[in-house]
Amino acid sequence: MRVGVVTFPGTLDDRDAARAVRAGGAEAVSLWHGDADLKKVDAVILPGGFSYGDYLRCGAISRFAPVMTLIIEEAKKGMPLLGICNGFQVLCESHLLPGALTRNSDLHFLCRDQKISIENINTPWTSSFTQGEEILIPLKNGEGSFQCDDATLKLLEGEGRIIARYVGENPNGSRNLIAGITNVQGNVVGLMPHPEHAIDTLTGPSAQGLGFFTSILNALVK
Amino acid sequence: MALDTVAQAVAHPDTAQPFKELGLKPDEYARIKEILGRRPTSSELAMYSVMWSEHCSYKSSKVHLKQFGEKAPKSDALLVGIGENAGVVDVGQGYAVTFKIESHNHPSFVEPYQGAATGVGGIVRDILTMGARPIAVMDPLRFGPADAPDTRRVLPGIIAGVGGYGNCLGLPNIGGEVVFDQTYLGNPLVNALCVGVMRHSDIKLAKAAGAGNLVVLYGAKTGGDGIGGVSVLASETFGDGGSTKRPSVQVGDPFVEKVLIECSLEIFAEDLVVGIQDLGGAGLSCATSELASGGSGGMKVQLDKVPLRDPSLSPEEILMSESQERMCAIVEPSKIARFLEICTKWDVTVTVIGEVTDGNHLEITWNGELIVDVPPRTVAHDGPVYNRPLAQPEYINRVNAEVINVPMPKSSAEIKAALLKLVSAPNMADKSWVTAQYDKYVQGNTIQAQPDDSGMVRIDEKTHLGVAIATDANANWSYLNPYQGAKLALAEAARNIATAGARPLAVTNCLNFGSPEDPGVMWQFAESVRGLADGCLEMGLPVTGGNVSFYNQTGDVAILPTPVIGVLGVIDDVRTRTPMSFTQAGLDLYLLGTTHSDLAGSEWAFLHGQRGGNSPEADLQNEMNLIEVLLAGRSEKIFTAAHDLSQGGLAMTITEMVLRHMVGATISLDDVANDLLSETPGRVIVAIDPTQKSALTNLCAKYKTPLTKLGTTGGDALVINETSISLPELKTAHTSTFQKLFG
Repeated sequence: MRVGVVTFPGTLDDRDAARAVRAGGAEAVSLWHGDADLKKVDAVILPGGFSYGDYLRCGAISRFAPVMTLIIEEAKKGMPLLGICNGFQVLCESHLLPGALTRNSDLHFLCRDQKISIENINTPWTSSFTQGEEILIPLKNGEGSFQCDDATLKLLEGEGRIIARYVGENPNGSRNLIAGITNVQGNVVGLMPHPEHAIDTLTGPSAQGLGFFTSILNALVK
Repeated sequence: MALDTVAQAVAHPDTAQPFKELGLKPDEYARIKEILGRRPTSSELAMYSVMWSEHCSYKSSKVHLKQFGEKAPKSDALLVGIGENAGVVDVGQGYAVTFKIESHNHPSFVEPYQGAATGVGGIVRDILTMGARPIAVMDPLRFGPADAPDTRRVLPGIIAGVGGYGNCLGLPNIGGEVVFDQTYLGNPLVNALCVGVMRHSDIKLAKAAGAGNLVVLYGAKTGGDGIGGVSVLASETFGDGGSTKRPSVQVGDPFVEKVLIECSLEIFAEDLVVGIQDLGGAGLSCATSELASGGSGGMKVQLDKVPLRDPSLSPEEILMSESQERMCAIVEPSKIARFLEICTKWDVTVTVIGEVTDGNHLEITWNGELIVDVPPRTVAHDGPVYNRPLAQPEYINRVNAEVINVPMPKSSAEIKAALLKLVSAPNMADKSWVTAQYDKYVQGNTIQAQPDDSGMVRIDEKTHLGVAIATDANANWSYLNPYQGAKLALAEAARNIATAGARPLAVTNCLNFGSPEDPGVMWQFAESVRGLADGCLEMGLPVTGGNVSFYNQTGDVAILPTPVIGVLGVIDDVRTRTPMSFTQAGLDLYLLGTTHSDLAGSEWAFLHGQRGGNSPEADLQNEMNLIEVLLAGRSEKIFTAAHDLSQGGLAMTITEMVLRHMVGATISLDDVANDLLSETPGRVIVAIDPTQKSALTNLCAKYKTPLTKLGTTGGDALVINETSISLPELKTAHTSTFQKLFG
């Protein structure tokens, strides 16, 4: 099973995401932003970082990278797609997911170990978890506050499209403590915290992030 | 202004030149004329002025720094020593590690965010230039009083700048220091350390060898920022009036640097460069003259080919500009096509600006006219050398004679109050407000970061080989006795590596001082260098490089002598490191080392406004014995946890241990006030399973290290004799200070 990991100029967590894909049991395939070629991958991860320096708006320029045209096309056809942190921002800018990520409420970059609860286990990225399972993974970003209008929020809540919520104090001002959401079909997931940095206790606060990567393997094998 | 060419300089020898405004002294100007046999052109004058600045030429410090070479211990680990962009150390398994620390003090006071950001950017390029992938950064910082209005201006900007740049580069920030003192109010210190890793075969050097090879400039375009940063800004004290010097501060673009890193590493991997140099302080003046003098000796550069952000820049400004994110490579003609291809892939601007020549001329032309013709070595290496007058300042005897008189807590209530006061003091308080603004996880190899004793990163995922780094300075001790202060800082940094079980290997340093033109400051500097060189010799640790920052002085107020010492160590298996704290009850706690009455220069004395007395004397033999205990304790799996004692003494160390995982401890102390607050060096608290008692006793006997049982772990309070403080209360005191001060 081949999971593509995209590198834009300024992407930072690409090697970490690839490591996590391998730890989950799949093959990690590097995808270059400038290539109009998905190398026959079965799923794609848009990793964290500061693609194009976050200039204009986070994710606003990456959305127009040649590789994104193909990814958006395939995602609309059902290919599993996970955007982590900056990748989540790219997904919102691409209109694959609703809403936007804005500056953290305290206006500081925030790096900390964050507890989140998994609220939807019916996506190809979350099926290894149990409903309501609480996991501890790193949160690290400057623009992680999820915002959307009331109608969208109602829709997301009503359709069970909030896949993860922050537990405890709101770290960044996100509406309804939203840490991650999915699209209507459930194949596209955006997540602000970093599961790829919680795949072993040696380098992360837990190994509980691995569930995202075993989930996708299971989904692809089926 | 008309173009000042070499021909003009010959034809009009008496043209008045603004050498003073560029920071050159009359005798230095005369020396330039003597070297050239004529007056310099305005471009040549620009180059000499930046390269002969204190910042670049080390003219006041050179005569002292040579001790690091003369007293260097024999070390098989050193692959590249002082003189290159950064030293390189062999850490085994074919890996080489390069690390260095630099200051960006003056720019960070003028413009905190950009000053700090470009400080990180500069040191990262130094590491990259050696051929290494940068893998982590650290940042020792010093500020004026925490509650001073200007600290509220400077600190948030500097923290945001360090984070903003480092986070965007994808470099984990694994440690540093945040220290407050009145003397840093007008001169905050921003020191930045970077560590990088490469294979032995990938080491690159700054040399332009092989006539006919091409000189290639790549990275950001050149702009008007940072002109004269090293000469106008970093080599002068701040006065009360005068211009703000803001145009002398560089402006950074971390995205460009991130792309430059990846592009350079791809170029290095295909072995496409003969030599390489980053453009930092003194910009193109530095890169061209250093590359040329490190290689075949000559170089021809067409300056008009340099891509510009601002087309109105004059040749002099282009030569002096410190625009960030630029690199200069020497490339064989047969490899240039592939070089350009990789730059194109990364959308990096790249231009061939010249070629390497034989002989001894650095010739720079502007639209065909010769504007610079100098022997490159005279610019890069033959700057002035000063043996500046030095004299022990009058304060030394006075403060050494002072007797420390601070309240020593006796009753249970007093002990509790003292502990809460200490752990909440700005210098001692939890620094999460700062470190939460830094990404410590990126790259996925961080094993330890703040608040651990040292930062530790894995460098091989299969063998689990890793390196650990700590930076330390105790300016209070250096103020009382700069010789001992430097040795003690070295010992502390080495100990901070060893508590985790990593073996200290090599040393870098960032020596921050006041004006070298003050004999008292110069004495502090000389004593510090002597102490560090003697200490390194005794401990067998080579100095691999470093940085001197003088003129950290506003008017008559110089900063405390602040030699920041960085020690790098290696650990064969990061999985077996000794953590700084414990997660379980029922462990026994021991103190390794002996506690004397060392309150001079302590945090407790500082909190009571006392700065006198005598600093402790470093006993490096004891320190080395303690290090052996710590290393053996790790490899023989005796320790469950180990944590260094330093500022704040045992009180701070035990507090940090119990708060880390919220597991309490009960300890008993004979002389409770002194045992808690004294800062005698050479001490560590270890936690062991009770079954390891005899192993620990034997180990300490073998290495002649005193051992005292303190108590046991467990419970939800820190209990010291009859005094009990609940962990939540202790935690609130320790963790709320920064939030209150800086929101």
